[in-house]
Amino acid sequence: MTDIKQLEDLVIQVRRDILRQVHKVNSGHPGGSLGCAEFFVALYQELMERKEGFDMDGKDEDIFFLSNGHISPVFYSVLARSGYFPVDELNTFRLLNSRLQGHPTTHEGLPGVRIASGSLGQGISAAIGAAAAKKLNNDPHLIYTLCGDGELQEGQNWEAIMYAAGNKVDSLIVTIDLNGQQIDGSTDNVLPLGNLKGKFEAFGWDVLTISEGNNMQAVIDGMKAAKAKTGKGKPVCVLLKTVMGNGVDFMMHTHAWHGKAPNDEQLALALAQNPETLGDY
Amino acid sequence: MKTYKDTGKKDTRSGFGDGLTELGQKNPNVVALCADLTGSLKMDDFKANHPDRFFQVGIAEANMIGMAAGMTIGGKIPFTGTFANFSTGRVYDQIRQSVAYSGKNVKICASHAGVTLGEDGATHQILEDIGLMKMLPGMTVINTCDYNQTKAATLAIAEHQGPVYLRFGRPKVANFTLADQKFEIGKAVHLQDGTDVTIVATGHLVWEALLAAETLHAQNISADVINIHTIKPLDRNAILASVKKTGCIVTAEEHNYLGGLGESVARVLAENDPTPQEFVATQDTFGESGTPEQLMEKYGLNADAIVKAAKKVLNRK
Repeated sequence: MTDIKQLEDLVIQVRRDILRQVHKVNSGHPGGSLGCAEFFVALYQELMERKEGFDMDGKDEDIFFLSNGHISPVFYSVLARSGYFPVDELNTFRLLNSRLQGHPTTHEGLPGVRIASGSLGQGISAAIGAAAAKKLNNDPHLIYTLCGDGELQEGQNWEAIMYAAGNKVDSLIVTIDLNGQQIDGSTDNVLPLGNLKGKFEAFGWDVLTISEGNNMQAVIDGMKAAKAKTGKGKPVCVLLKTVMGNGVDFMMHTHAWHGKAPNDEQLALALAQNPETLGDY
Repeated sequence: MKTYKDTGKKDTRSGFGDGLTELGQKNPNVVALCADLTGSLKMDDFKANHPDRFFQVGIAEANMIGMAAGMTIGGKIPFTGTFANFSTGRVYDQIRQSVAYSGKNVKICASHAGVTLGEDGATHQILEDIGLMKMLPGMTVINTCDYNQTKAATLAIAEHQGPVYLRFGRPKVANFTLADQKFEIGKAVHLQDGTDVTIVATGHLVWEALLAAETLHAQNISADVINIHTIKPLDRNAILASVKKTGCIVTAEEHNYLGGLGESVARVLAENDPTPQEFVATQDTFGESGTPEQLMEKYGLNADAIVKAAKKVLNRK
């Protein structure tokens, strides 16, 4: 296992990448991105079995789908820092002719991305399809997916959730970023999600909660526990409790930074709270 | 005039089902998904022969389209099957983002298109699907005319890399194209040579166009008849070559005139060779319950309607 300190340093650098990407173009989604930094680092650096390089089919390796595509800044940062494309390319986020579109897409051929996302609720379905293809190919590797909690308001998720349990798609780990926030306010105020653990269990899923989703060790341990639950006839759901805007004090515990970029002053303040570790791009 | 023989009425959806059965034997990467309409889509044989490659998704079309997109990752060639209405309008955003924008090799196979679905009525009779699908960048749109052509198209689209919308129907109609035809995506089929008026038809209207040409011939009007099975990409050369001879054109389709074949033809003509055109199509309306024949007559989608349109457009030359 990688030294936890190294992973935590990477998380800090990823936070800087997120903040600098959205600041430069004065747009993008820092809140949810910051909240999921530990998850992405754990996934790509510790959990997933990955091949060198990138091919679309992803045979003989674990693959990941980002369903809530608006947190592209964290996805791009971790993909770049995991070797999928040059870190300098983060400079092109949301610019004209960039491979780093506002929401992730295969359209410009960015390595590491296997499907477009942004219009919400479509990731679990794609993940189930990819899991079915792996099964037909006798490939035992896993499919990981991340969804936002507010995203579960989209009905397609529940079609997919029903299918996965009914068809014993047990190579699938769906993580829900449980930060309780969405654009218009808290999920409780906008459209309450109710008892998600109970809902997933009632649909026939194995559910596991990571209550400290911004604690590197807790995320790794929890996701390893989730991995251990695969292959037992049930799809696995991880409820990952995170804090939107984590790591930047004035962005935390609010939906205000869901889709808003910091100004120069705010960026300086935020970066000061996250001193450079591995080097800025 | 060439004569075309109806070798016995058959439904186009059976052409799809039989094509899929053949593909199942020929191509191990072909998989099929169905949203609780296996019998209606004639997918039973594929299901029985390849249970591991058949996915019953239930009444959940959005998940079906998303799953199909995911299956392409790993090299599968997914064929989704449900009614045209539920294949397009219901899942437009899933097709747009997960399939078309993502460039996935999904074949969306849609039965019961248009008013010939019949008695179920307008909730199930989509007349807007060609328009919806042709507007998506990178989507190939095909509307086949009989059993043989549908079977040939089903085999052909498996060889084509990229998303395809394959539209066919419910009723038993004349089966007149060759059983061993080579289906070329994007290539029109020239059915009759004529000099007075061009008739360009797709889907169930192709046989009606041939009947109309016979009627016109008896009245000394010579019709050039073209079967456009691929609406996108459109075989513009075939259309332009024909109107160069005839100077006027009728388009015929079981679809709204807005967004259909007729509009695509009109654009080609407007850009290259402005030509009088009449549209045999539904006139921005929903369908209703009735038998297929009654509905084709009421909505002006048969040989009679094509004859009338031909005479009208001849007067506009």
